[in-house]
Amino acid sequence: MAEVPRELRDEIPTFGEAATHRDHGLIDWTALTSIRTAKTAIEIGTIIAIALGVFFGTEGILRWTNEPQYVIPRPISVVKALGTNFELNYGHHLWVTMQEFVIGVAIGSTIGLFMAAVITQKPFVEKVITPYIIILVTTPMLALVPALRLSIVEGFSIWAIVVAVALASGPMVLINAATGFRRTDLAKIALARSYGASTFQIFRKVRFPLALPMIIVGYMVGSIFGLLTAIAGEMVSPSDQGGLGHQLIFFAAQIHMPEVGATMVIISSLGICLWLLFYSIGKRWASWET
Amino acid sequence: MTILGPSGCGKTTLLWAMSGLHELTSGEIFLDGTPVVGPRPDAVGMVFQEANLLPWRNLVQNIVFPFEIRHRPIDWRRINSLLEETGLAGFEKSAPRELSGGMQQRASIVRALAQDPEVLLMDEPFGALDAFTRDEMNLLLLRLWGETQKTIVFVTHNISEAIFLGDRVVVMTPRPGRLARIFDIDFPRPRTIEMTFQPEFIELIQEIKRAVETGARQTVEVE
Repeated sequence: MAEVPRELRDEIPTFGEAATHRDHGLIDWTALTSIRTAKTAIEIGTIIAIALGVFFGTEGILRWTNEPQYVIPRPISVVKALGTNFELNYGHHLWVTMQEFVIGVAIGSTIGLFMAAVITQKPFVEKVITPYIIILVTTPMLALVPALRLSIVEGFSIWAIVVAVALASGPMVLINAATGFRRTDLAKIALARSYGASTFQIFRKVRFPLALPMIIVGYMVGSIFGLLTAIAGEMVSPSDQGGLGHQLIFFAAQIHMPEVGATMVIISSLGICLWLLFYSIGKRWASWET
Repeated sequence: MTILGPSGCGKTTLLWAMSGLHELTSGEIFLDGTPVVGPRPDAVGMVFQEANLLPWRNLVQNIVFPFEIRHRPIDWRRINSLLEETGLAGFEKSAPRELSGGMQQRASIVRALAQDPEVLLMDEPFGALDAFTRDEMNLLLLRLWGETQKTIVFVTHNISEAIFLGDRVVVMTPRPGRLARIFDIDFPRPRTIEMTFQPEFIELIQEIKRAVETGARQTVEVE
């Protein structure tokens, strides 16, 4: 094949090398995941330049307009706040939030995935259960946290929020995984059956891999909902351990706006990490689907 | 043997019944004297419409898929010689979507032949390929057939393909799906593409076409 001009490579799909770079999801993360080549170095440079521009631009405007710190914190003071007393102000609370989040998502998603695999086997069961799943998906589970303190999980432990996180993430995984399991490809199942595959083998070697891209989407959406519920739950009714959501309210009440900004930075970094995690999982296990 | 007929006459259904994937409403199918009641992976290999490769597996993982299902040790010598013969050597690590349609279908034939079945059932395997690739695949299939001496039941809606490949062409008519006639084909082997332009070949195409159209009412006993 003739050499494609460098500046056209983004537009012209070429065979061979291009195939591995063309499987973007919603956002083109290739700019972040393949830093080494000369071309993306320019892209990375631009991204960093824009970030620096926004950072110092905001700082400059706030200084110029002489906006008080308690209205909008200046970026530099946010960075300073992030560096002061990190363990006491954020580190401990990050750990608390992570515990609630990880345990909750682990429980919720496992139950959701298992239920999805079971209910899609029987159309009747699926039809009967679907309305309840929709209720679970559409109800904001953080509304349950104060009630949970009184009922299932008495007292101010992290478990009330863990339960809310599980209830928020589980149905998301369930509904997406069920969509995945429903995409049965009869020819591929017939192929496995023609070699004498058992029901379990068909599930493990055909139906599960076929559903995997949707399961990963379910985990991604479910975990983002879980994080949301954990933070908001801590804002509404924190455990005696605190948590990042609790810190937001705590700092805002004292008009410590740089600390509020610093907490926000940590929370959005968590969100980005989640995205990157599931993006790389998707790229590794579901890139066969374009 | 090739089974020929227009769309909707039950060719695929018949083939799936032969493989034990479909239950019959009436009648029985025998393989070496035993009735077929379910899949017989030891004896029957299927090649499906389009290649039917699993897209999350690379080429060689697709070929070992039946070994995994059957819990058999993988016969690498056989696989490698088949890959060599079908011109797929060197593409073992490629994902199905990186392969051409012809290569995908060759991979699915290798997948079936690697199991060393007695009977190969092929369900319009080359229907989705262009004419040139189809000729190429037909020649490859004849060569493999010559070397392995397998019984092949080949379903197609392409008359010239049916004659070119078959020793016998079974013609089916649509709605209700019945056997119209069985033609014995005595063109010499090895066959070449040039043969398909000979007058006798074209005459036979016309004769078979008439048989499909008139839906010749005679019922034919199948052995």
